[in-house]
Amino acid sequence: MKRSWLYQAGLLAAAGLVLWFFVSNTARNLETLRVASGFGFLGREAGFEIGETTFLPFSAADTYLRAFGVGLANTFRVALIGIAVATLLGTLIGLARLSSNWLVAKLAAVYVEVMRNIPLLVQLFFWYAIIAENLPGPREALNPFGSVFLSNRGIAVPVPEPHLAYGWMLAALALGIVAALGVSAWGRVRQAATGRPPPAAWAGLALVAGAPLAVFFLFGAPLAWNRPELVGFNFTGGAALTPEFAALLTGLSTYTAAFVAEIVRAGVLAVDKGQFEAADSLGLPRRRAMRLVILPQALRVIVPPMTSQYLNLTKNSSLAVAIGYPDLVSIANTTMNQTGQAIEGIAIIMLVYLTISLSISAFMNWYNRRIALRGAAR
Amino acid sequence: MSTLALPRPLEAGVLGWLRANLFSSWSNAVLTLLALWLLWRTLPPFIDWAFLDAIWSAPDSRACRAARGESACWAFIGEKHRFILFGTYPYEQHWRPGLAILVMLALYAVSAIRRFWRPSLALWWLAGLAAIGVLMWGGVLGLRYVENERWGGLMLTLLLATFGLAFAFPLAILLALGRRSALPVVRGFCVGYIELIRGVPLISLLFMASVMLPLFLPAGVTVDKLLRAQIAMILFAAAYLAEVVRGGLQAIPHGQVEAADALGLAYWKKTLLVILPQALRIAIPPLVNTFIAFFKDTSLVVIIGLFDLLTSIKVSLQEPAWTGFGVEAYVFASVVYFAFCYTMSRYSQNLERELSPGAGRGALRDD
Repeated sequence: MKRSWLYQAGLLAAAGLVLWFFVSNTARNLETLRVASGFGFLGREAGFEIGETTFLPFSAADTYLRAFGVGLANTFRVALIGIAVATLLGTLIGLARLSSNWLVAKLAAVYVEVMRNIPLLVQLFFWYAIIAENLPGPREALNPFGSVFLSNRGIAVPVPEPHLAYGWMLAALALGIVAALGVSAWGRVRQAATGRPPPAAWAGLALVAGAPLAVFFLFGAPLAWNRPELVGFNFTGGAALTPEFAALLTGLSTYTAAFVAEIVRAGVLAVDKGQFEAADSLGLPRRRAMRLVILPQALRVIVPPMTSQYLNLTKNSSLAVAIGYPDLVSIANTTMNQTGQAIEGIAIIMLVYLTISLSISAFMNWYNRRIALRGAAR
Repeated sequence: MSTLALPRPLEAGVLGWLRANLFSSWSNAVLTLLALWLLWRTLPPFIDWAFLDAIWSAPDSRACRAARGESACWAFIGEKHRFILFGTYPYEQHWRPGLAILVMLALYAVSAIRRFWRPSLALWWLAGLAAIGVLMWGGVLGLRYVENERWGGLMLTLLLATFGLAFAFPLAILLALGRRSALPVVRGFCVGYIELIRGVPLISLLFMASVMLPLFLPAGVTVDKLLRAQIAMILFAAAYLAEVVRGGLQAIPHGQVEAADALGLAYWKKTLLVILPQALRIAIPPLVNTFIAFFKDTSLVVIIGLFDLLTSIKVSLQEPAWTGFGVEAYVFASVVYFAFCYTMSRYSQNLERELSPGAGRGALRDD
C-alpha cells in the first residue's frame, strides 16, 4: 500500500514538472514575441467581415468577442439543422435496410458502405466542388420546383414574409404542448381509476396542432411568400443558402445519416421476437404494442449511440474551416492569424466543445439511469 | 378457412425469387418500381460520364475542357499520379517511398493473419518501421538523404496512419489500464486525459500542434511540422483506442482475475499474461473500426497544410491548366480511401463472425 502512494506521488511530481517546464517556456517565448497574454483582445475591433451570420448581425467594426458569438451561432445553426436532417434520413435508410424488399435493402446497404468508408472531409470538398464549380451561374440557375433555384452562388428558397401572427402561433404551440401534457396526465389517472384509456393521445395531438392553426386562421391566414428573383447577376429576396453552408450541411447530414441508419437497424433488431408475440397475446393493438412494448426497448438501445453521433456531428462541423464556412473554429483561426493570440484562441475552441460534450454526456448519464432496467445490476 | 385452400405462391426459380423479394405486396411492388426508376435515372448517365465517355488520357487539359460536364477527365489523374502518390519526393528516388508502401502493406497483411498474433509480431513491426524510416530518410547505405518536408501524397497518408497507430496503441493500453486502476491519482489522470481529448474536435488538437507546441518548447528548439502533427494524431488516437481496450478489459469474466490472484501473480504478470491477451482478442473488431476512423481522420492534416493524399490532390487542382476538375479529383480520392477502409471493414466483419460464432449481426461502428 505504501509503495502505491509513492508511485502516485511520483506521477504527480512528474506531471507537475512537465507542466512547469511548458508554462515557463511559454511565458518566456511570449515575452520575446511581445504577445500580451490574456483575453483582453476580445474587446478590440475585429476588422474582418464575416460572410454569413445567424441572428447576430456583424460588421468589421465589431469586437472579436462578437465575432466569436457569430461563429458559435453559425456552428449551432449547421449542427442543429444537420442533426434533424441526419436523423430523418438515417432512420429512413436504417428501416430501408431492414425492408423485405431485396432491392431497397441492397440500395440502403450500398449507401451506408459508401458513405462511411470515405472521409468526411473528402465528401465536403466533393459537394463544394459540385456546387461551386459545376452548377450553372444565377442566370441559368437550375429550377427543380417552385421558386427554388440552384446556382453556383448557392441555393435560393422562398420564405414566408414576417407577420405578427407567427409570434402568436409560437405562443399557441407552447400553450398547446402544456395542455396536451396535462391531458395525458389526466388520461393516466383516468385509466388507473376506470381501467379504460380515454383518447388522450388524440386530444393531445389536436391541442398541439390545433392551437397554432386556430391562431393562424384567426389572423385571416396571412401567408405571403418572399420569393427569390433574379436581379442583375444574383438572386434577391427569399432566403439564400451560401454554397459553403449548403455543402457543409449536405456533407454532414448525408455522412452522419449512414451511422444513424446502422444504429436504428441495430435498435430494431435488438428487440426480441418474443416481445412482439407477447404484446400480441396480451391483445394489444399493433400501434399500442409499438408504443408501449417495442419502442421503449428499441430506444434503450438506440438513444446512447445516437447522442454520441449528434456529438460527433457537432464536432465534425468544425471541418467548416476547410471550405470557408465561418463557424467557431474558422473565426478562431482568423483571429489567431490576426492577433497572434494562439493559446487563447485554441482555449476558446476547446472550452466551447468541452462544454457541449460534457453537458451532452451528463444528459446521457441521466437518461441511462432513467431508462435502466429496474433492479438490473449495473 | 379459405386461406388454406389458396395455392402456395411459386417459390422456386427466377420468377419465384422476384415475387418473394421484390413484389410480395402492393406496397413492395411500388417501392421496387420507385427504386428501379431512381436507378434508371442516375446509373446510366453516371456510367456514361465516368466510363464510356470519359477521357482517359490527353496531352493537355484542352480536350477535357471541351467536354466539361459530359465526360469525366481521368487524364488529370494520369498526368498527376506521381505527385498524388509521392508528393514532392525527388522524382528519380520514387522507388523508395514505393517500396516503403509495400513494406507497410506487408505489415498490415501479416498483422491480419491470426496465426501471427503473438508477441513476436511487435518485433516485426519494429523492424518494419525501422526499414520504412531508412527508406524514406536515407542518408545511410548509400541512399541520398531526403528531408521530411519533401515527403507527401498517399505515402504520407499511410505513414501518418501507420506510425500514428503503432505509437498510439501501447499508450492506449496504458491509459485503459490506468482508467481501471485502484490508484485514485492514476485513475483521475487517465479519465481526465481521455475525456478531454474525446471532448474536443481533432482540428483543435492539430491547430494546437501547429501553433501552440512551438511556444511550449525552449527557444531555439524546433520540432518540424510533420512530427508535431504526428504527435497530435498519436495523442488523439490513443484516447479513442483506450476506450475500446477498456471495453475489452470489462468483458473479461471476473473469475479470470481471481484465478490469477489465486496463483499469486503480481499486478504486471497478471495483466500481461492473463488479462491483456484475452481483452485484446475480444477488442480486435472494434479496434479495427477505430483504425478505420483514424485512417479517415488523417485527411484533416490538409487544414494545417501537411502534404498528404488529399492536399496533393488539392494542390494539383490549383495548377491553372487543371482548375475546375474538382469532381473528378475528389471522386478519385474517395475511391482510394474507400479501397483501404472497405477492405479493413470487411476484414473486421469476418473476424467478428469467426471470433464469436452465433453472435449477432456485428457491432456498431461509432466513428
